Amino acid sequence: MERGFGKQLQHTQKNRQQNKKMSETKDTEDTQGKLWEVFIQSKKGLPFKHFGSVHAFDKEMAVQNARDLYTRRGEGKGMWVVPADAIVAVDPANDASFFEPADDKVYRHPTFYELPDGIKNM
Amino acid sequence: MDDLNLSKFCIRLGDHCLIMAHRQSELCSKGPFLEEDIAQINLGLDLLGQAEALLIYAAKLEGKGRTADDLAFRRSERQFHNFMLTEQPNTDFAFVIVRQYFMSLYLLKTYQVLAEVEDETLSGIALKALKELTYHERHLSMWILRLGDGTDESQQRMQTAVNELWMFVGELYEEDALDLLAQQASYAPKGEEMKSFLMAQITAKFAEASLTIPESIYMTTGSKQGIHTEYLGFLLTEMQYLQRAYPDAKW
Amino acid sequence: MGAEELDVLFQERIDANDKIEPRDSMPEEYRSHLIRQMSQHAHSEVIGMQPEGNWITRAPSLRAKKILLAKVQDEAGHGLYLYSATETLGISREELIAKLHQGKAKYASIFNYPALTWADMGAIGWLVDGAAITNQVSLQRTSYGPYSRAMVKICKEESFHQRQGYEIMASMANGTPAQKEMAQDALNRFWWPSLMMFGPHDSDSPRTGNAMKWKIKREYNDVLRKKFIDKTVSQANLIGLTIPDKDLKWNEAENSYDFGAIDWDEFWSVVKGGGPCNVKRLNHHKKAHKDGAWVRKAAAAYAKKQATK
Repeated sequence: MERGFGKQLQHTQKNRQQNKKMSETKDTEDTQGKLWEVFIQSKKGLPFKHFGSVHAFDKEMAVQNARDLYTRRGEGKGMWVVPADAIVAVDPANDASFFEPADDKVYRHPTFYELPDGIKNM
Repeated sequence: MDDLNLSKFCIRLGDHCLIMAHRQSELCSKGPFLEEDIAQINLGLDLLGQAEALLIYAAKLEGKGRTADDLAFRRSERQFHNFMLTEQPNTDFAFVIVRQYFMSLYLLKTYQVLAEVEDETLSGIALKALKELTYHERHLSMWILRLGDGTDESQQRMQTAVNELWMFVGELYEEDALDLLAQQASYAPKGEEMKSFLMAQITAKFAEASLTIPESIYMTTGSKQGIHTEYLGFLLTEMQYLQRAYPDAKW
Repeated sequence: MGAEELDVLFQERIDANDKIEPRDSMPEEYRSHLIRQMSQHAHSEVIGMQPEGNWITRAPSLRAKKILLAKVQDEAGHGLYLYSATETLGISREELIAKLHQGKAKYASIFNYPALTWADMGAIGWLVDGAAITNQVSLQRTSYGPYSRAMVKICKEESFHQRQGYEIMASMANGTPAQKEMAQDALNRFWWPSLMMFGPHDSDSPRTGNAMKWKIKREYNDVLRKKFIDKTVSQANLIGLTIPDKDLKWNEAENSYDFGAIDWDEFWSVVKGGGPCNVKRLNHHKKAHKDGAWVRKAAAAYAKKQATK
C-alpha cells in the first residue's frame, strides 16, 4: 500500500471566495414544479407525438424527467418538452366555426384531382 | 492478469455497484417529488444491472462453482471490497447526491478505460455502463448546481454532505497490488490519473455550485482489505437475510 | 343553453361513446366524480410503492431485486400518469397531495395490510395486481379521454407485474416446506382483501349509478370480482395452493365459481382507518413530502435565478 492509512489530502485547493448568492426564496411557496408537455418521436423520421405531461422545475430537469417517465421501455428516439402554459389550444365550444370551414375545401386533398391513367409518382 | 485476479477486480467493481444500488433502492418512495423518485430508482436499476453482470463474470472467472448470488448474499463484511463512500447512508438528499456524484465520476473514468480492453465480456459490460454513467453524471451534476446554488438551506446541507463525505474520496484513487496489476494490463487508470480527473471535475462543478472542497482532511483507507464503516454490517444484514435464514431455499 | 339542456347534450355524447376531453363542457358532478376516482387511483399507485418497497432491500436474489425495483418504479410512473390525467380536470398536484394528507382523498385499502414475508411480494403481484388489472382493463373504455389513455398505457405496462408475482408464488410453492408454508400463508392473508378491492356490492355502492350512467365505470363491482375469482382459482390449483374459502365451489349452470361471504365489516373498518398500516402509510408519505421540501424549494429558487440571468 503506497498511500498509507491516514494520508493527508495533498490537493492544493486555494481558498476560493464563496460567491454565495443570497437566496431570495426564503418564503417561496412549496410546489411540485411546473407542468410540461412531452412529445416523443418513437422512430427516426416519424412525427413527434404527444405522450403526456411531467412536472419539473427547469428545462434540463423536464427533459430528464420525461426521459425517465416515458422512455423506461426504450420508446424514444427524439423528444420535445414544452412548458404547458406555452401551448395554445382551440376552445372546443368554437370548434365548429374553427374546423368546419375547411370541410368544403376538398381541393386541398390530393384525392380531389382526376389524373390520367398510368401517371406515376405524383 | 490471470483469471483469479481478474475475478477479484470484477468483484471490487461489482461490490461498489451493488452497495450503491442498495442505498439507491432504500430511497424508493422517499423522493422529494415523484419524478425524482423515479429518477433515483433508475440510477439504482442501472447500478444493480452492472453489479449483476460483473458478479456473474467474477463467479465464472473464479471457477469455484459460486454464483453471482452467492457472491452477493453469502459473503461477510470483511469479504466485501466496496469503497466506504458507497455504504454511507442516505442522511438526506444532499448526502445522496454528493455520494452518487463522486462515485459517478469514478465509475465514468473506470468504465472509459474498461471499454477499451480486449476481454469482450468486460468491454461489453463497460460500454453499456458507460452510456448509463454518462447520464448519471448529467443528472447528478445538475443537482449539485441546483442545490449548491439554490437556497441558503440547500447550500448548507450540500456543504455539510461534502464535508462529511470528503474523507472517503481518497480511496477512489488509492492503489494496492491488484490495482497495479490492473494498470499494467490497461484495465484501470493510474491512481494519479484518476485523482486528477476527479479533482478537475469536482473543482469545476463546485466553483459553479458555490461549494468548497474541505481544505485538509485525513483520508480513510482500508476497503481494499475489507475494512469498512459500521454501516456495512447493517446493510448486509438486511440484504442477505433471506439467503442466510433459508440456506437451502431457491428463490 | 341552460344547465338541463347541457346535461342532455352531455348524456347524448356519452351514449354515443364519445370520449370527453379536458376542455369540453361537462356536468360539475361528472368532474368531481372523476377527480375523486382518478386521484384515489393515483394515490393508490403511489402508496402501493410502500409495501413492496419495503422488500427491495431484502430481495433474495439479484434477479428478484432487479425485477421488484423495476416494478415499484412502474408504480411510481403509473401514479404520475394518473396525476397528470387528473390535473387536466383543473386541480393541481399540490392540491391532490394536500387532500391525501388531510385524509380527504383515499387510496386502495389493500395497501393498509402489511407485507410480512417475501411470499407477500408474490401474493401482491399475483392477487393485488391481478385484481387491479381486471379493473383497469375495463377502465380503458372509460368515457374521460385522459383517464382512458392513461389506463391503456398502464395496462400495457402492467402485464409483467402479475407474472412476476405468480412466478414468486410458483417457485415458493414448489420450494422447501418452509417456502411453501410462506406462500400459502400469503395467499391466506391476501385473498379476501383482494376480493374487497373491487369495492362493495353494487347494491351497497351509492355512487355506482352515476358512474355507470356516465360510463366512467364500465362494469359492475360484482361482475369484475367474479371474473377475477374465475381466472385465479385455477392458477392457485396449478401450483398446489389452496384458496382459503371453504364455500368455494364450481357452479356448472353459471359456468363460474360460487364463493363465500366477504367480511364487509372488516372492509369498512380498514377504509375508515382501522387497517394495520393506515397510519404508517400516510405518515411515510407525509414524511417524504416534508423531508423533500427544502429540495423542491432549492430547485425552484435555482430555476428562478437561471431565468433572470
